[in-house]
Amino acid sequence: MNAPDGWKHKEGVPPTNTADPDYFHKVVDCQWACPAHTPVPAYIRLIAQGRFSDAYILNRESNVFPGILGRVCDRPCEPACRRDRVEDEPVAICRLKRVAADHKDDITDRLPKKPDKMNGKRIALIGAGPASFTVANDLAPLGYECTIFERFDVPGGLMRTNIPAFRLPEKVLAEELGYILDMGVDLRLNTPVSSMKALLAEGYDAIFVGTGAPKGKELNLPGRKEGGANIHIGIDWLESVAFEHTKSIGKKVLIIGVGNTAMDCCRTSLRLGARDVKVMARKPRSFFKASPWELEDAEAENVEIIVNHSPKSFVVEKGTLVGMVFDKMEYQLDEKGAIIGQSIIGEEMIPCDDVILAIGQENAFEWIERDAGLEFGKWDMPVVDEMTFQSTVPNVFFGGDAAFGPKNIIWAVEHGHQAAISIHQFCKERMVTGRLSNEVRLSSTKMGMFEWRYSNSFDGAERRVMPHVELAKRFKDLDVEVELGFTPEQTATEVQRCLNCDVQTVFDAPLCTECDACIDICPVDCLTITPNADEPTLRQRLETPAVNTEQALFVSEALPLTERVMIKDENICLHCGLCAERCPTAAWDMQESEIIIHHVEDMVTGAAK
Amino acid sequence: MTSFAKPHINLKHAKRNALGLTRHDYEGAMSTLCAGCGHDSVTACMAKAFFELSIEPHRAVKISGIGCSSKTTAYFLSESHGNNTVHGRMPSVATGAAAANAGLTYIGVSGDGDSLSIGMGQFAHAIRRNVNMLYMLENNGVYGLTKGQFSASADIGSKSKKGEVNLSPPIDPVTLALSLGATFVARAFSGDREQLVPLIKAGLKHNGFGLIDVISPCVSFNDHVGSTKSYAHTYKYYHPAVHADYVPMSEEIKTSYAAGEAVPVELHDGGSIVLRKLDEDYDPRDRGAAYAQIAERDAKGEIVTGLLYIDESREDMAAMNKLTSRPLNTFPYDELCPGSDALTALQKGFR
Ligand SMILES: Cc1cc2nc3c(=O)[nH]c(=O)nc-3n(C[C@H](O)[C@H](O)[C@H](O)COP(=O)(O)OP(=O)(O)OC[C@H]3O[C@@H](n4cnc5c(N)ncnc54)[C@H](O)[C@@H]3O)c2cc1C
Ligand SMILES: Cc1ncc(C[n+]2csc(CCOP(=O)(O)OP(=O)(O)O)c2C)c(N)n1
Ligand code: SF4
Ligand code: SF4
Ligand code: SF4
Ligand SMILES: [Mg+2]
Repeated sequence: MNAPDGWKHKEGVPPTNTADPDYFHKVVDCQWACPAHTPVPAYIRLIAQGRFSDAYILNRESNVFPGILGRVCDRPCEPACRRDRVEDEPVAICRLKRVAADHKDDITDRLPKKPDKMNGKRIALIGAGPASFTVANDLAPLGYECTIFERFDVPGGLMRTNIPAFRLPEKVLAEELGYILDMGVDLRLNTPVSSMKALLAEGYDAIFVGTGAPKGKELNLPGRKEGGANIHIGIDWLESVAFEHTKSIGKKVLIIGVGNTAMDCCRTSLRLGARDVKVMARKPRSFFKASPWELEDAEAENVEIIVNHSPKSFVVEKGTLVGMVFDKMEYQLDEKGAIIGQSIIGEEMIPCDDVILAIGQENAFEWIERDAGLEFGKWDMPVVDEMTFQSTVPNVFFGGDAAFGPKNIIWAVEHGHQAAISIHQFCKERMVTGRLSNEVRLSSTKMGMFEWRYSNSFDGAERRVMPHVELAKRFKDLDVEVELGFTPEQTATEVQRCLNCDVQTVFDAPLCTECDACIDICPVDCLTITPNADEPTLRQRLETPAVNTEQALFVSEALPLTERVMIKDENICLHCGLCAERCPTAAWDMQESEIIIHHVEDMVTGAAK
Repeated sequence: MTSFAKPHINLKHAKRNALGLTRHDYEGAMSTLCAGCGHDSVTACMAKAFFELSIEPHRAVKISGIGCSSKTTAYFLSESHGNNTVHGRMPSVATGAAAANAGLTYIGVSGDGDSLSIGMGQFAHAIRRNVNMLYMLENNGVYGLTKGQFSASADIGSKSKKGEVNLSPPIDPVTLALSLGATFVARAFSGDREQLVPLIKAGLKHNGFGLIDVISPCVSFNDHVGSTKSYAHTYKYYHPAVHADYVPMSEEIKTSYAAGEAVPVELHDGGSIVLRKLDEDYDPRDRGAAYAQIAERDAKGEIVTGLLYIDESREDMAAMNKLTSRPLNTFPYDELCPGSDALTALQKGFR
């Protein structure tokens, strides 16, 4: 004579271990997706409070370049954002980062400084891109003497030479690089490193290779040589534009390739006098590599994107390039959209004055002698450890595009953080693999009846649209920044769209009286109480079944009255706090989770092996 | 009291019923009951049952008396008709409405105070008349709204929050209804929605008066140690005896029930209620046996739940009284009110 016997399942899913720092971290989808694990909702809350400097500093701790990244980051966080599971668009995370950078006060006195006493260790960093700068940012304040060698006469790497100024103004770049140089970093411009052996002989305690992937890919088709004067390699061409060696281009331009480099090439062409710019893609739109927003911006400037055209030859008449011939392609797709067959259905000649090749980048390590001691592996790339970034020469480390091929700025930053830890461990003669484990700190956000330390009510506002400089004004100069930044009103609305996924629903099973109040109030039906079972079965028991298996299903300990379990689908929870608001016993609480991800400075005081 | 609103979220993959509506289309205003009140769970179950039966909200009528339980008609089916009547008078209003328009689905919501004290007479006569409605009696053993006085359903020996012991014998709505000739009698618990939702669906589809006595704990005044209507006490002593599922005519009766256990009862609308006995020797079609079993189990402190009695053979009020099935509001005025000459003629016929 008891509650239904069927409720007391002893088997089933064991209680979720929420003490594992990864559990709550994964719930913060944006932070989990960010290579540098920027605490997105926490900085958005600071922006909401008008604390722009605090938001900037919090950003800087993980991503080092908030002003730069707030404009041009690849934004892996946005496709991960939970917001687009309830409506179509994610929170404009990147744009809000820019708000913090643009509106902060002078924060120079809050930045790490060169210490009074150096530790006697000398580090050589090759290449002045974001990877090397991050290593210097992390190590210089600890007393390491950091020297950056750069072949050009300006620092910044591809951020300076390839990302056009209309997307990333030089001033923003200079400011954030300056913060790091002010930590006592020695920047040697016009100093290409041409011999690894020679550098090794100079006796640095460690060498960091952050030379990027500086070689653009070739397209060797008939006519390439003859038309050479008007056929350009995308990244070299952008570099020559940045250095003002190239100041014009023909009226009709074809861009080959449809990645992000292609987008910068087509938009730059328009600013150098081109009138008719076509981006030529071999495959259909769903296969484009460029980020959707870069495509959008290019199309808004009347760039034409032509799909299913595969380059065949350059057409040269009387020694001048006059056009290109393409095979017109047709693809057979399966129901998932993958290509299962292709055929050529014709040929087309498209006239042009110039062609820019934007079909990829490669690494080039001519300056590393093959007998310098470094092992080279597949694709003639140096062998580099994925966790420590150490090469086969113990004091040589790699990072950024130089480590595993071209990625993006935020990955270069994360590589830099990890390499800095390894370099420190190496210099301290500890295991380079030594790392501090992540931690999670929870604190209740309850302040009183209906009062929480975060804005918990769901705001149905749609994503704000970035205002742009009008088309006519955009093309006057190469460096007119196109995006104007959010207005105060836009910022105020956009911050409220963030669901505060770092404010976690924390459950205390012994307190639950199984009254179901939380289940009834939950606006997305992501909770229920049910007899324990295997996970697929539990996932189906929710009113809105938990179909996204990439996202965790929380399973509580057995509840005190019936031994059933509370389950929760982390996927669609809005973090609205209504469950906690409604619970008569506070078995649910909304607790802010701070995910602690250690950088090298913590290793100095921390107990690393 | 609350000061927050439940947001309406259009989930991309929310379930839709045959009318294309989601469960949220069957919700109502934000509840102002105490957080954790059993009545809120019952509200959610009623909304879910209407949703699953694909009843058009504007074809439903909610009627209630006075009490926390009676307030809940505001918290579901916001697009339906409703009448929050005076204390204990819900049955007579429901009776009148059902007589005037037999085409709507009627659900009455009441409490143990509203039904078993002030409204006892009305409650009894609605049962006798077999009004075609589902009567939800949300039973918490106290007058919740007036701060927790014992109600007529409080058990002997049950303690109040301040420690006072109840000495008067309880009125059991289930055995009372059986003795009054009720045709659908169920007991349930707000904490077991897997049992309650199908029961509500069956009750809405039953022809005639359906009673569901739902144990629905009052978290503020009757959820302490010593109370026999608390969550803890109910979870501990409640015992499902018969599970009922409503199966519409269009669906075949699933054969997943073990043979011999599933008993289909055919309904007027062509659908059926499939009874699944969890207790082998309990037969919900035998009034006398049901009465005896419940009384015996009650005496042991066991709370028997499920569809405890069903009889589809009896005529409902409309049939017994040869009422028109046509809604009165569809009659032209002269037909509905033929005038004083017609009345005089009628009266003459009786002289
Ligand atoms: C056109 C284009 C647009 C891009 N847009 C974006 C974007 O919008 N967002 C984004 O996140 N990423 C973008 N990227 C990618 C991003 O710029 C790179 O991933 C990032 O800059 C890599 O950083 P890094 O420090 O590894 O190397 P780099 O930035 O490539 O810096 C390497 C530096 O090393 C120097 N160097 C090379 N060899 C030597 C040597 N032997 N001696 C001395 N110095 C040397 C180079 O001159 C250069 O300054 C873009 C790339 C391109 C090509
Ligand atoms: C005519 C009249 N008498 C008394 C009251 C006071 N009163 C309001 S609610 C209530 C009892 C309600 O008890 P119940 O039906 O069990 O509802 P609960 O609040 O427990 O759900 C009483 C006596 C009243 N409103 N009207
Ligand atoms: S915070 Fe609670 S009520 Fe809100 S969506 Fe998440 S589980 Fe549901
Ligand atoms: S509201 Fe609280 S006590 Fe009630 S079921 Fe939910 S967690 Fe348990
Ligand atoms: S007083 Fe009792 S019955 Fe009324 S809402 Fe609160 S818990 Fe429910
Ligand atoms: Mg009551």
